[in-house]
Amino acid sequence: MLLAIVLNRMAMALVTLAGVAVVVFVLLRVVPGDPVSMMISPGATPADIAALKAHYGLDAPLLTQFGIWVKGIVTGDFGTSITLHRSVTEILADRLPATLELAALALVVAVALGGGVAVAGTLMSRTPGEAVIDGLNSIMLAVPDFIWAMALVLLFVVAIPVLPLTGRIDPVLAVGFRTNFYLTESILTGRFAVAGNILSHMVMPTVALALPLAAVITRLLKQSLKEAMVQDYVLLARIKGFRELRLVLQEALRNAVGPTLALTGVQFTFLIGGTVIVERIFSYPGIGNLAIDAVVNRDFPLIQGLVLLFGLIFILINIGVDLTVATLNPRLRHA
Amino acid sequence: MFNVTRRQALAASGGLLTTLLAPQRFAAAAAGSTLNIAYNVNLPSFDPEIGPSSVNPTIQAIYRSVFDQYIGQKPNLSFEPGLLTGWGWNNDKSKIWMDVRQNVVWHDGSPFTPEDVVWSIQREGKQGGGNPVSFIWAGIDNFKIDGKRITADVKQYDPVIFKWMAFLTGYVLPKAYYEKVGADGFEKKPIGTGPYMVDAYEGNAYLRLKANPKYWGGKPPFETVVFKFVPDATSRVAEIESGSSDITLEVPYEEYDRLRVKAGLKGECHPVSDIAQIFITNGGVMDDKNVRLAMCHAVDKVAIVKRLMRGYGTAISTLEAPGYAAFDPSIKVTHDPALAAKLLGASGYSKAKPVKFTIQTTRGYKPKDYEMIQAIVGMWRNVGIEANIEIYDIAKHFELRMSHKLAPAAFYNWGNAIGDPTCSTGFAMFSKSPHSAWHSDDLDAKIGPLWGEKDEAKRIAGWKAVDRYIAEQGYILPLLQYWQPILYKSDLKVIPNGSGALQPATLVKKA
Repeated sequence: MLLAIVLNRMAMALVTLAGVAVVVFVLLRVVPGDPVSMMISPGATPADIAALKAHYGLDAPLLTQFGIWVKGIVTGDFGTSITLHRSVTEILADRLPATLELAALALVVAVALGGGVAVAGTLMSRTPGEAVIDGLNSIMLAVPDFIWAMALVLLFVVAIPVLPLTGRIDPVLAVGFRTNFYLTESILTGRFAVAGNILSHMVMPTVALALPLAAVITRLLKQSLKEAMVQDYVLLARIKGFRELRLVLQEALRNAVGPTLALTGVQFTFLIGGTVIVERIFSYPGIGNLAIDAVVNRDFPLIQGLVLLFGLIFILINIGVDLTVATLNPRLRHA
Repeated sequence: MFNVTRRQALAASGGLLTTLLAPQRFAAAAAGSTLNIAYNVNLPSFDPEIGPSSVNPTIQAIYRSVFDQYIGQKPNLSFEPGLLTGWGWNNDKSKIWMDVRQNVVWHDGSPFTPEDVVWSIQREGKQGGGNPVSFIWAGIDNFKIDGKRITADVKQYDPVIFKWMAFLTGYVLPKAYYEKVGADGFEKKPIGTGPYMVDAYEGNAYLRLKANPKYWGGKPPFETVVFKFVPDATSRVAEIESGSSDITLEVPYEEYDRLRVKAGLKGECHPVSDIAQIFITNGGVMDDKNVRLAMCHAVDKVAIVKRLMRGYGTAISTLEAPGYAAFDPSIKVTHDPALAAKLLGASGYSKAKPVKFTIQTTRGYKPKDYEMIQAIVGMWRNVGIEANIEIYDIAKHFELRMSHKLAPAAFYNWGNAIGDPTCSTGFAMFSKSPHSAWHSDDLDAKIGPLWGEKDEAKRIAGWKAVDRYIAEQGYILPLLQYWQPILYKSDLKVIPNGSGALQPATLVKKA
């Protein structure tokens, strides 16, 4: 049954990605601003401009350009970046790991923080502590990630300078990484001091990205837990003499976590979208930071590759969430 | 399966804590022979001759750290020997000659030769090769090498060809190395003859350079230079304020004023070769000379500089800023609201019946760009001009300008690091240039003959006359010359560069 879900979703994903490809390709060429007009010099003649367009393959009819691009994609070639002078596939492969590590760490922090606060809030139900948690959670929910980023910079870079602001690793560290999963690789190879340095660079962007998601998780999970805590099976466990913490974690949480998991999956896609601004603020070399430069410079091949990649990530996350929810909930699995 | 032992976990925690709780990290960067620069743009590509980066003025400081130009340029915008020690024209100005510097080596130790110079010019001039100013280089042909001297024919006389050799894309690349490793190989491991060698690079994060011990210009002042790519201005402020970087630039003027007096920091804010202007596109109400002149006379540029730019700017009346070759201080477009109202009245406009048009501007692309236009629109309203502000991004500006579809008025900034009038008034006002907005035969007739004028004094005088004519006709609204704020640690000495390029090899030293 799960296999059927996977196959069905994969087929839909292909259709969605094809649609995304068409839309991004057409939009880029309809919206004013093309890469050649960005770089031509004041004294360029029409022949010079035509030559530059030809150099970047922008002189062919739109359908021909689209055909060339699609043909390339099928063979794994997303074209060559106009500004970076490198294969888009190579660039994305270089930068994606940085964003994946950041997003994954932010997700872990968000789930731990959001889940922990939700459980604490449930345990403090109808006490002043619950009001405090709800109030703080509302603030976390209302403040967007980039504002958290600026606040963290003010606190941990300007006021108490204990955290590095920019980059992914200290530039003076000579490190020979085999992959671009710096954090993962340094941990796996036992280079823990390097891992520590990388983590120190990730603290602020991670927290900035995690806080709004943690607030969403807290709000939904706490509500679900409260509903679960008045169900008969919890009542029965309470009569048996289970302590409150055990009631929440062992009895209520498993049944309450479904909706939160589904929403977390959706929110995780927003978190990845949030990396665009957060990576910029912290000069973090991921695909979000790359995306801003690509758009500013109207680097068509790179923008197209990035949009497709973002689309693919979103689709895969949603498939993953659906499968997880289906696994946890037999009614959905057999529906 | 991977298991983390308690010992390993402790080591990782220790690493993290050591990094977090080590404030001396900041002090060490300043005290050692490493210079950390919080730089305002990213370096997308190492090729200084091809693609958009090659014509991005802000990136030139990085290129000049790794590569050398044919001809160098001093901070006051005058020229000096670079990889060419001498250059000039023959008597009838049909040929050029260039003497190539001797005993220079590339970063890989191979010798620099005249063949490198010829190959670089030919590569830059190849139409369709990706050089955005190939038309400049394509005019040089039929090279001959005799010892250290290169001679070549020029297709037509170009008075600024040597100035371009110190300007955008005018770099020398290693012929043999490039042909051996190819474009991809060069991007991965670029070499030049410049004062610094590429040591490590991570796009959108940093570029680490190490001193070139064999540099022909002498040992660079720092063993290591790190360009941190920090495009966010607030983050650059935090970098310098926290001590994480030793020097930064292009911070908001308010922050500059706050930090330059802070203990341990110093500041320099000097004029650079970049101006703000409002393009006027002909057609509609802009064909009325009274309207154009009223637009110009209604704007109080001094007040804009004083109140919006905190005094860091120079009001200008032409596209030639002070320090440019054709700057003429006698040309003045005064702030005269009464005259503006009178001119509008002569065309039937008043505050009650204002002339209406759209003005386009960027927002946040240049310091106070949108605020400046808001102020100007307010000044215009007081004399009978009602302008509707439309915000666009810079890419849209370029495309609209190239297709002559800008709004009647459009804000833009214009750089001219070589200070020659061809690169300011010439390209901004000549209708054949894809970057001009005002197209009229009367102006073309005055500009046209100046492109190939062989008498330099006559040429500069000609451009001054064109500038005066433009001011009298109100074909463009020049606003101000930008000043560049630089903040740095007080143990450094910084020489401001008129071109705005913050070059660590020559302009930043230990105090």
